[in-house]
Amino acid sequence: MLLMSDDPKPGDPGGARAEWAPAAPAVVEASFVDVVLNGIPIVRGASLEIHAGEVVAILGNNGSGKTTLMRALLGLVPHHGQISLFGTPLADFRRWSRIGYVPQRGGILVQQATAREVVASGRLGTRRPFLPASIADRRAVTAALEEVGLGDRGRYPFVRLSGGQQQRVLIARALATGADLMVWDEPLAGVDRNTQELLAGVAARLKERGTTIVMVLHELGCFRTLIDRSIVLADGRVMPPGYSHHEHDHGHGTEPGHDHSDHDHRAVHGGHEIDEIEPPHTTHTGLEEVG
Amino acid sequence: MDLFSLAFMQRAVLAALITGITAPAIGTFLVQRRLSLLGDGLGHLAVAGVGLALLTGTAPLPLAVAICVAGSIGIELLRESGRASGDVGLAILFYGGLSAGLLLAGLAGQGTGTLSAYLFGSLLVISANDLWYITILGVVVLAVTIGLLPQLFAVSADEPFARSIGLRVRLLNIVVVSLAAITVTVSMRTVGLLLVSALMVVPVATANHVVVGFRNGLFTAMGLGAIAAVSGTVGSYYLNTAPGALIVVIAITVFALSWPVSRILQRRNRPILELPDDTAPVAHEPAESHLHVHDTDCGHVAVQHAGHTDYIHDGHRHAAHEDHYDEH
Repeated sequence: MLLMSDDPKPGDPGGARAEWAPAAPAVVEASFVDVVLNGIPIVRGASLEIHAGEVVAILGNNGSGKTTLMRALLGLVPHHGQISLFGTPLADFRRWSRIGYVPQRGGILVQQATAREVVASGRLGTRRPFLPASIADRRAVTAALEEVGLGDRGRYPFVRLSGGQQQRVLIARALATGADLMVWDEPLAGVDRNTQELLAGVAARLKERGTTIVMVLHELGCFRTLIDRSIVLADGRVMPPGYSHHEHDHGHGTEPGHDHSDHDHRAVHGGHEIDEIEPPHTTHTGLEEVG
Repeated sequence: MDLFSLAFMQRAVLAALITGITAPAIGTFLVQRRLSLLGDGLGHLAVAGVGLALLTGTAPLPLAVAICVAGSIGIELLRESGRASGDVGLAILFYGGLSAGLLLAGLAGQGTGTLSAYLFGSLLVISANDLWYITILGVVVLAVTIGLLPQLFAVSADEPFARSIGLRVRLLNIVVVSLAAITVTVSMRTVGLLLVSALMVVPVATANHVVVGFRNGLFTAMGLGAIAAVSGTVGSYYLNTAPGALIVVIAITVFALSWPVSRILQRRNRPILELPDDTAPVAHEPAESHLHVHDTDCGHVAVQHAGHTDYIHDGHRHAAHEDHYDEH
């Protein structure tokens, strides 16, 4: 079975994992995870292991199940199979403030809330109900806004910010949690080059501090040099290390005038040769969304 | 003023004040979740409780609260499970509630006249007991709404994120709809079950015109709601009308007046756009001379690029240069 080849075993010498001797439990561990939404199998037999301090990209085409797999790892969609976070089975996991989740931008419903109010909700994992925000909470919110270069935009309504600024606010909200596992869903979607570079700087500083980062990406873009390892999904299955997307997608990168700067074949320093997935020309298929 | 020496008017004004404060507070969350009309539906449902109370000869308020809260939790659980996908199910529940209420009231020998005191409010029907219920429930609604404001905001704004930080999303969602159900029922004596939804939505919309921020908007809406509810109740005494109608007309008038104010504020608070810094350098091109002096408050869209600010008007970008403006 194809998917067996990525079945993580202790001491698996494959690629970058050799550097992280599995003494401590993996930060994220999934084995044989299936997700079925509305009767359609979205994720099939996915197994993966992500260790402390790793920066991992989850790549794949639209509808390949990247976002759904990520949501399953956080317990946001029902799944079959085993998932554990920080060594604790998902069903028993309670230390949610260790996770800084950045969902796709479209899902947020605010009317007049300011950027600061949105970021402040990142503190609620640790704040107690019915008590006002502490000084530490406020400092964390200010620091998170400054980290993404929006220190002077805290009082602006979220909806009136540009797309790139909104993305930075959502990243800041995840930073405000103080989490040591970042889970970002397409942080580069629809943001301009300057914002991409800014977010890459944020990720680089997180990596220096030893934060684990898992990102769903369509293209590595500015994150290229930061990514330790990529997990490629195709049709809901985790592809074996070394899987090259080009062999399977003949329509890839053929249109004239397309910017190929992001598409050179290079081995990222996990030893897995991966390459970018075609940037989306259409919006999402809907299979990635849960209703 | 001898108006306030009348015991029933004292009770009516106090009840209106409580409704005017609580309805926009919980309404802010409904508006944010695009559930503006949920309050209206819950009002229809509460009619069934009133009808049942008339038939059984019990006090209408507790029974209506119980039915409305139970119904709202049922609706929320259906919504969560994705089974109430179409709004048809909700419509059936709501109109079922309204017609059941009318039917039960009819069986009790009461006409629509009795019921209309609950549908559009009435100055005369608030008993001392009712006022106690209204006060206690109002305090509970306010305490929970303001105490859990950040949590309720987070759940309303972004449910997956709220779940990812460990908030008890289902419980908080049920809290929101239950508070809405209580608020709706409590206001049946003042603004009335068919009009209460307006008091949950209109002051919120007005507040969104004049202030920035979720928290600011919520407290502003509470103030606006209180003004509309109290002035409408007092006014209806002189005009001899149903208080609900006047309260809503006042709320909507204030909303209409806030429109020009919002236009001015929006110009003031227009966000500064960001352009990429890598625009190609162009030759110095002075703009046509104009008397207007641009500054941050001048109302033109300000754009920051390459370390300075351009102002956009009439399809041009003007940047200050010595004593004139350049085209950028």
